[in-house]
Amino acid sequence: MRILPLLISSVITAGLVVTLNSKLLLPAPLGKLLSPQHGIWQNAESSQASFSEEFKFPQLTGKVQVYLDDRLVPHIFAERDRDLYFVQGFLHAKFRLWQMELQTHAAAGRASEIVGKIALKHDREFRRLGMVYAAESSLKEMEKDPQTKLACDSYTEGVNAYIASLTESSLPLEYKLMGYKPEKWSNLKSALFLKNMSENLAGHDNDFEMTNAKNYFSKEDFTKLYPSYQDSLDPIIPKGTIYEKASIELKVPADADSIYLNKEDLAVTTQEEKPDRNNGSNNWAVNGAKTKSGSPILCNDPHLGLNLPSLWYEMQLHTPELNVYGATFPGAPAVIIGYNDSCAWGVTNGGRDVRDYYEIKFKDESKREYWYDSAWRKTEFRYETILIKDSATYMDTVAYTVFGPVMYDQSFSGGRASNSRYFSVRWKAHDKSNELKTFMQLNRARNYEDYLSAISNMKTPGQNFAFANKVGDIAMRTQGEWPAKWKGQGDFIMPGTDSTYQWQAMIPFEETPFQYNPSRNFVSSANQDPADSSYPYYLGRGYPLYRGIIINRRLQDMNEITPKDMMSLQTNDYNVFAEMATPILLNNINESGLSPNEIKMLRLLKAWDYNNAPYSRGATVFDVLWTNFSKLVFDDEFKNAPPVIIRPLESTLLQGILSDTVYKFIDNINTTAIETLSDDITIAFKNSIAVLEKAQMEGRLEWSKFKDTRVNHLTKLEPLSRLHLSIGGGTHSINATKPNHGPSWRMIVSLTPKTEAYGVYPGGQNGNPGSRFYDNFIDHWASGTYYPLWMMAADEEGDSRVQWKMSFTN
Amino acid sequence: MKFIVSVLLIALLSLAVGLYLPWWTIALVAFIVTSLIPQNPIKSFLSGFTALFLLWGALAWVISSNNNHLLAGKVALILKMGNPILLIIVTALIGGLVAGFAALAGSFVRRK
Repeated sequence: MRILPLLISSVITAGLVVTLNSKLLLPAPLGKLLSPQHGIWQNAESSQASFSEEFKFPQLTGKVQVYLDDRLVPHIFAERDRDLYFVQGFLHAKFRLWQMELQTHAAAGRASEIVGKIALKHDREFRRLGMVYAAESSLKEMEKDPQTKLACDSYTEGVNAYIASLTESSLPLEYKLMGYKPEKWSNLKSALFLKNMSENLAGHDNDFEMTNAKNYFSKEDFTKLYPSYQDSLDPIIPKGTIYEKASIELKVPADADSIYLNKEDLAVTTQEEKPDRNNGSNNWAVNGAKTKSGSPILCNDPHLGLNLPSLWYEMQLHTPELNVYGATFPGAPAVIIGYNDSCAWGVTNGGRDVRDYYEIKFKDESKREYWYDSAWRKTEFRYETILIKDSATYMDTVAYTVFGPVMYDQSFSGGRASNSRYFSVRWKAHDKSNELKTFMQLNRARNYEDYLSAISNMKTPGQNFAFANKVGDIAMRTQGEWPAKWKGQGDFIMPGTDSTYQWQAMIPFEETPFQYNPSRNFVSSANQDPADSSYPYYLGRGYPLYRGIIINRRLQDMNEITPKDMMSLQTNDYNVFAEMATPILLNNINESGLSPNEIKMLRLLKAWDYNNAPYSRGATVFDVLWTNFSKLVFDDEFKNAPPVIIRPLESTLLQGILSDTVYKFIDNINTTAIETLSDDITIAFKNSIAVLEKAQMEGRLEWSKFKDTRVNHLTKLEPLSRLHLSIGGGTHSINATKPNHGPSWRMIVSLTPKTEAYGVYPGGQNGNPGSRFYDNFIDHWASGTYYPLWMMAADEEGDSRVQWKMSFTN
Repeated sequence: MKFIVSVLLIALLSLAVGLYLPWWTIALVAFIVTSLIPQNPIKSFLSGFTALFLLWGALAWVISSNNNHLLAGKVALILKMGNPILLIIVTALIGGLVAGFAALAGSFVRRK
């Protein structure tokens, strides 16, 4: 034996193995990652791959057949609910496990465990918001109810059966790339997933921003900049509806109007990124009087962040008592938006303000006692342990008062509150509720009464539920358990030293605005105000206006409607905001001093038909011009304002200049001259030219290229994302596709005797980036085309659409 | 002859253990085979290298072709390697180098 060479070559080999198995020297463990039998190659799904398989699980009580069609949509046929939800969980995990775990980790404030220190702020924010606390209280309700408990238990078993079957080579790609392994699923994770949707949809507020605005501006200016009622409002429940007197009499605190005025600035010095305030969706239903077939048609397109793998997963669930098709959430049992043999339903976000803040007075820095109703009360504490990848564990202590968790204090400002004060958050999502029951019951609903009973379980996030059935009924209900507020309550930070500012009661279910078979023969919602000002409860402010206006205008005019007509309506790019704004812009541009290039750009705007079509260049000119105009009008007023503030809504500026030719904010307060509307618009137009010319030189003047819509992988890794999609629309169009946000599931259901349904979402059924089913729907979605949705019958096993079969036995 | 037998043995045994054991067991396989079939160090190295270069390269190539290089294209971009073919070559090289050095070490076990 030659010791020295043996030693040297052994050390080299060991060194190679260690290097290639870790991230010590390389950015990734290349050996482990590239081993064809273990690493990423195992995720490269063959284009001929078969998904047919036989499974045996002792947890099952009978046989379950799953038929996968040519789009990889599973049609599950089970004998019992128990087995159905087991297989639903199993399939969600098989095709989407990584996202399920990532999203629930993020919801629980555990993202740092996966991605390290960069997520610490997110994790602290979510813990301090009480996400886990909220999910735990919701889980208790879910487990109290036998139906939802059974569904959750079986679903969890199904997910875990899949996780248990994983080997190193069959791990989803992202686990391999990021170097970790999945943990077991639990019912709490399903509750966290649903709570995450609450955060997404009902976790938005501007209380700090509005408080600062109220402090900074004079009362008169404030009212003009932030009006609480919008002139061109076309509410969900139409104007003129008669409402009963409110059954709840609210006691308005005596100092409600003056409190917090002229107090010192509450906020820190930098404003951080906030969720999209135009988070929104469309739904509508027309009855048989307006359709060609004589049967109702229901349409829905929820607008959410556009991600890969998609939030949605299509499925059909079938048992002898149940037959439902639609979009499901990987992470929870049941179908969320869809239809069954009797009816169809769809949702848009209610968007009312259900998150308010109260300033707490603690006795001392220990935060053990706080002043409430003339006495010192004991604080409760929740200790949050945040594990961080490659770093020391972070301990956070969160104080809980009668209002809720103290989200912001000396140690955490969230980029919006003051570090010298304490703010408790009162969030409706903390209250007991069982939203899953809504969907379990809707899946089984046969008539209008079933729909009402199902949605009565929906408390937070409140949703506008559209409904239609085969008997011909249509309905819309602005459902949610809403706090009854006095006018202005919760628009600003409130004092938390006594109960006078607390929410006093919830609006009774019977007093929720709704419509059932209205004489106009349609119902619709697009996140606008639920009702006009004759509704006896305060509804808050800041609802988007324009999509609702155009939807109602079109539906009013449409007759003999076919599903095809609905497709073109749902993908319509018409910009009604621009229709209202462009004439006043054009009338006020002073053309005398314009250069030839400027004239060219102006011609594009003049020739524009207000369609945000993908190829439209006028749409780009309008967008840039409006942005510059709005900046020019308000930049001077906001120059010295606190950074944590919001700018007025687009509708406020537009209505301001339409109704008042000498709109106060037009004048630049920093110049001696008095600027006119024409001055501002002309300057804004000239200011726009640089951006427009640059876009033109780079070939990006066409609207879809300028907007540049993308669908990001959840890690934002570009090679796993889909970039530069050719799609029009925008914030104020029915096709509300923004750069990374838009219609996340388009569905059209015609409730003819044999249901005719269509749908598409920007993703694919398989979450594996190595599968041809990963993103195969995206181009269809972008081009505005739909897939026929197939409600498979039990005897259609031999249909040519069935490509693969999975059978499950015990 | 010894060379071809070594290459075949290393490749086949690596394929077999890879089904059940971690990727780096290819080093153990190469070490044991070359310690049992004595050759000079250069030939030993080459037999280990050739076996795994061919095995991993072929496996990656077949898998990736069946996948129309869909995933390899994406991973190649993430790892900043540009194209799927390069990713397959790098895969083959990694297997080859690890097995090659292990095989080299193995060759010294029985050498005087």
